[in-house]
This record gives sequence, structure tokens and C-alpha cells, in this order.
Amino acid sequence: MKFFPLLLANLGRHKRRTILTMLSVALAMFLFASLRTVVTTLQRTGEFGGANRLVSMSASGFMVFLPVSYANRLQAIPGVDKVTWANWFGGRYGDGKRFFANFAVDADSYLAMYPEMSVPADQKEAFLRDRSGALIGARLLDVFGWRVGQNVTLIGTGYPGDWTLTIRGVYTPTDPAISDDALMFHWDLLDERSGRRGDAGWYILQIDNPGNAATVARAVDDMFRSSSAPTKTGTEQAFNASFATMWGNVSLLMNTIGMAVVFAILLVTANAMMMSARERTSEIAVLKTIGFTDGRLFVLTMLEAGLITVTGAVLGLGAAKLLYKASNFNAMGFLPGFDVTTSTLLLGAAIALVLMLASGIMPALRAARLPVVQALRTVE
Amino acid sequence: MALVEIREVHKSFERETERVDIFTGLSLDIEQGSFTALMGPSGSGKSTLLNMIAGLDRPTRGVIRVGNAEVSSMSSAQLAGWRSQHVGFVFQQFNLLPVLTAFQNVELPLLLTRLSKTERGERVKIALGVVGLQDRMHHYPRQLSGGQEQRTAIARAIVADPTLVLLDEPTGQLDAKSSQEVLNLLTRLNEEFGKTILVVTHDAHAAERAKRVLHLDKGTLLEREEALP
Repeated sequence: MKFFPLLLANLGRHKRRTILTMLSVALAMFLFASLRTVVTTLQRTGEFGGANRLVSMSASGFMVFLPVSYANRLQAIPGVDKVTWANWFGGRYGDGKRFFANFAVDADSYLAMYPEMSVPADQKEAFLRDRSGALIGARLLDVFGWRVGQNVTLIGTGYPGDWTLTIRGVYTPTDPAISDDALMFHWDLLDERSGRRGDAGWYILQIDNPGNAATVARAVDDMFRSSSAPTKTGTEQAFNASFATMWGNVSLLMNTIGMAVVFAILLVTANAMMMSARERTSEIAVLKTIGFTDGRLFVLTMLEAGLITVTGAVLGLGAAKLLYKASNFNAMGFLPGFDVTTSTLLLGAAIALVLMLASGIMPALRAARLPVVQALRTVE
Repeated sequence: MALVEIREVHKSFERETERVDIFTGLSLDIEQGSFTALMGPSGSGKSTLLNMIAGLDRPTRGVIRVGNAEVSSMSSAQLAGWRSQHVGFVFQQFNLLPVLTAFQNVELPLLLTRLSKTERGERVKIALGVVGLQDRMHHYPRQLSGGQEQRTAIARAIVADPTLVLLDEPTGQLDAKSSQEVLNLLTRLNEEFGKTILVVTHDAHAAERAKRVLHLDKGTLLEREEALP
């Protein structure tokens, strides 16, 4: 501690340079935390899914419909407790610049299958009673300034026309992997107005025993294998993961960019430290003359690098953690539960440590190995 | 009693491909409590000798002993520790750390001791009092005159109460008045506080203050004159 004023004084020698270097580290750490949080959020979204829920969709792909008549047959399969279904609607609101997910659901069975969506009882009742009612994620209240009871008009894209819905309820996810940035309305309304009767986008099955998931999924697909609309069934987790894996290369890109940024900042910090050490050649020689050992000067120089990187890391990681939390950022619903995790913070701290070692080692070695007579002769 | 014993010291170094011999068998005793001036032309090896006594440079051959310590055979870390306790060094260009106040500059050698903050503060104030700069302790070097900077450097050299004070051209950067102040201070340190002082200088006035003047030329040491009373 008694050397702390010396460290601070050295850092204050070129305040602007020190502050800019710290901010560089802070920015690098902020970007690292942000990019990695994209990756962790995608991973967590991919891992989300009730262990006792299966998703069945057309074997031809997500955008091909299945007959709604499958519902009763699915319900009859041994091990299946409940069945619900949904359709992607893909409408836009206003100028459409603010995207949000919107889809039609078989309301009663859907809400029964997703206890992770918390809806006040009176609002849930109101939504279920009103065929043109809508249930929205809490975030959309803030985004559009909507309120319960308000009529909102979606402009259909896959389903042409203006679709006016009345907001009857607001759901709040109890699991951060569920987006609070979505709108749901009644499948019955879609079925009736669209002119494409009997189409279901995908089915969700609740099974009695997660251990039977593979057996039930096989039974479902076997049941419809020879039909005109064969199915592809898997766990909800696999279904979500299939979306997340579409981001696979993005994850790689994010990690690569993150590390590239950190490496660039490493060079900046190392350069600043080297400049600082070179400028102080005479002072290091004086300190050695006074009696400072090579080891002590090595440690002091490393601590200087440490103060810069630790301060930068605390600022950058802290800002990322607080900013995303405070702004409730979720990338318009694409990254629900976007939050800098503890593991990201710890990894950031570890990187800051490596940054400190890598940027400080050269100037520290230089300080330790500086031949004092030669340095003094340069000064004199 | 000799505080510094230099025996058969050789010192040479390579300059490009040529070997240059600075000392070839130099021997010298410096008595405890003495005030010695070392004079000589540039390149005669004055500073090299001073550096070797301080353990900043090593002889190619021979023995240098200061007190009970055989400086010429100590490791780098041992030398650093020994210097912090036994040697005060003053440079021609003051070499104060510009980012530290006079107080903090003088405190530097004490950071290497086990003294508490309060004890360090007391010692620094005493040292600054001895050099007459107690009222400038919170000034930065840029806020001090050359003479004040050099007196601060002397306070830094004596704050740890070293056995030996080595000065390399301490008045080389000072005007006549400041030089006199510094020389008065050195005389006082020697006479009043009993410090052993070895000063390398070109300044005849500085040499006049010494009790013993040595002249170094081409690696040979000549006793020029005995000091004035």
C-alpha cells in the first residue's frame, strides 16, 4: 500500500494517455461482454424447453402447414397428456420498423401448456373470452405505449389484410429465455378470416414422462409417415436449438470479433506501457540507485499495467452488466433475457488479467533488467 | 579507520571492438567521517569509481569493501538492499521524480524500510529541515529552483541515515549562490552529522571544502593536497 501513491503518480504523469488507455480497455471489455452475451443468450435460448414438451412440425419444414385435424390423433397417442398448436402470423404494426413476434395460438390449450407465461387471472379470462383479443408481452406496453383494452391493427404479410385486435392481457415470462416481446391472438380468428381453414403451423405436445420423449416422438412421426403431411417431431429444446444453430456461424463470428478486439486493445495497452516505461528510463535508474530491487520494480511496473487494465475492465464489464440490465435490452425479441452472465464477467476478468500480464511483462522486464549505470550515463 | 577500502581494482570495457582499461590495479582508502573530493578530467573514471563504490557498477577484478560489506562480490539484489541502508547518492542533474512532491521524493528510500507512515513522515521532515526546505515539502520539482532541487536530492540521500554519501558533480548545474548553499550543506553534513562524503567534482570551490582532494587521471590516483583545517 505504501507504494500506491507512487503508482498513482506515475499513472497521472500523462493523464490523457492513461485515461484513453483505460477507456480503450473498457471499450474492449464492453464489446467482449456484449458479443459474448449474444452467444450465451443464443445458447440459453437453444437450451430452453420443458423437458416434458415435444414439438411436431411438418417434415418439409417450419413454413409448411399441418392439418389441424392431427390434434385429436396426437392426443390419442399413449404418453401424450396435452396438445396445442400455433401458427406464425408475421404481421407488422405501424411502419413495421419495430419488429416483434406475433402468432396465432389455440389459446386455452396453449396457456395451459406454458405456465412460464404469467398472466393475471382476470386478463387471462378476458383474453380467452374475446376471439379478437390479443395477449402481449410486457415489453410491448413500453415499446408502443399500448394499454390493456386498446385496439391495435396488425398489417398481415403472410395473411393479407388489416387485423384489428384488442389487447386483453399482458404476460410476464418467469423464465428469461421466453421473449416478452411477442403478441398472441386466437388461432380460431386466423382460421376463420384467412380463408385457409384447418392449417396448423406446429404442434406442441405435453407428455407424461420426459423419459418417454423419444418413444412418443417416434410414435408421432410413424403415425403420419405415409400421410400427405408427414411430421418431424422432437423435444422442444431441440426445436429451439434448431433456431439457435441457425446462428451458429454468428456465434463463431461474435467470439472471433470479441477476441480480435481484445487483442487489438492488448497492443494499444502494451504500447502505452512501453512508452511510459521508456520515458522513465532515468527514473528507474534513480530508483535502483536508491535501493529498489529489480524484482520490486518489476512488480511495480506490472501493478501499473494492472491498475490500467483492472480499472478498464471494471468500467467496461460493469457498464455492460448495468446498461443492458437497466435498458432491458433484448434485440427486439431476438435475444430474450439478454443479460451479461457471471461466467462472462469472470471470463472478462480473466482476460483482463491476461491483458495485464501481456501488456505489462515487456516494460516490467525492461525496468527490471535496465543496467543502471548505462541508464544514468544516458541521462547524464 | 577506513570506511571504504579499494584494493587492486581493475575496470575495463569494450568500446566497439576495442578494449578500454579504466583502472589497472587502483587502491584507495576513504576514512570514516572524511570529506573527500575526487577531481580529474572527463573520461578519467571518476564517475565509474563512484558507481563501483555504490555497487552500481562492478570492477572487472579486485575488491571494494564498504564497512563490513564486500560490495564487489554481492548480488544485484543484495546490493540494492545494502544501498538502501548504507549509501546516499546525489546526481548532477538532481534526478527528482517530477510526479512526486519534495516530501514524496525524500520519502522514497524510506518506502524500502519497515517504518510506519508516521515515522517516515517525521524522518522526511527532519531531512528537509536539515537542508532548509521544510516550507517547500509539498512543492513539485518544477516549482523549485535548481538549488532547492539539489538540496531536496541531498535530503533524499540522507533521509535513511546512510553511512556514506556519494555525490556526482552536485554543483555542476547550479549557479554560484546555489552552489555555495549546497557546499555549505555538505560541510555541515560532514562536520555536524559526521557523514562520510565523497564528491566527484570539477568545481574548485567544491574541492576547497573537502578535507582531502584526490586527482584521477588516466586511471591513476594522485593525492593532490591535504585538506584545509
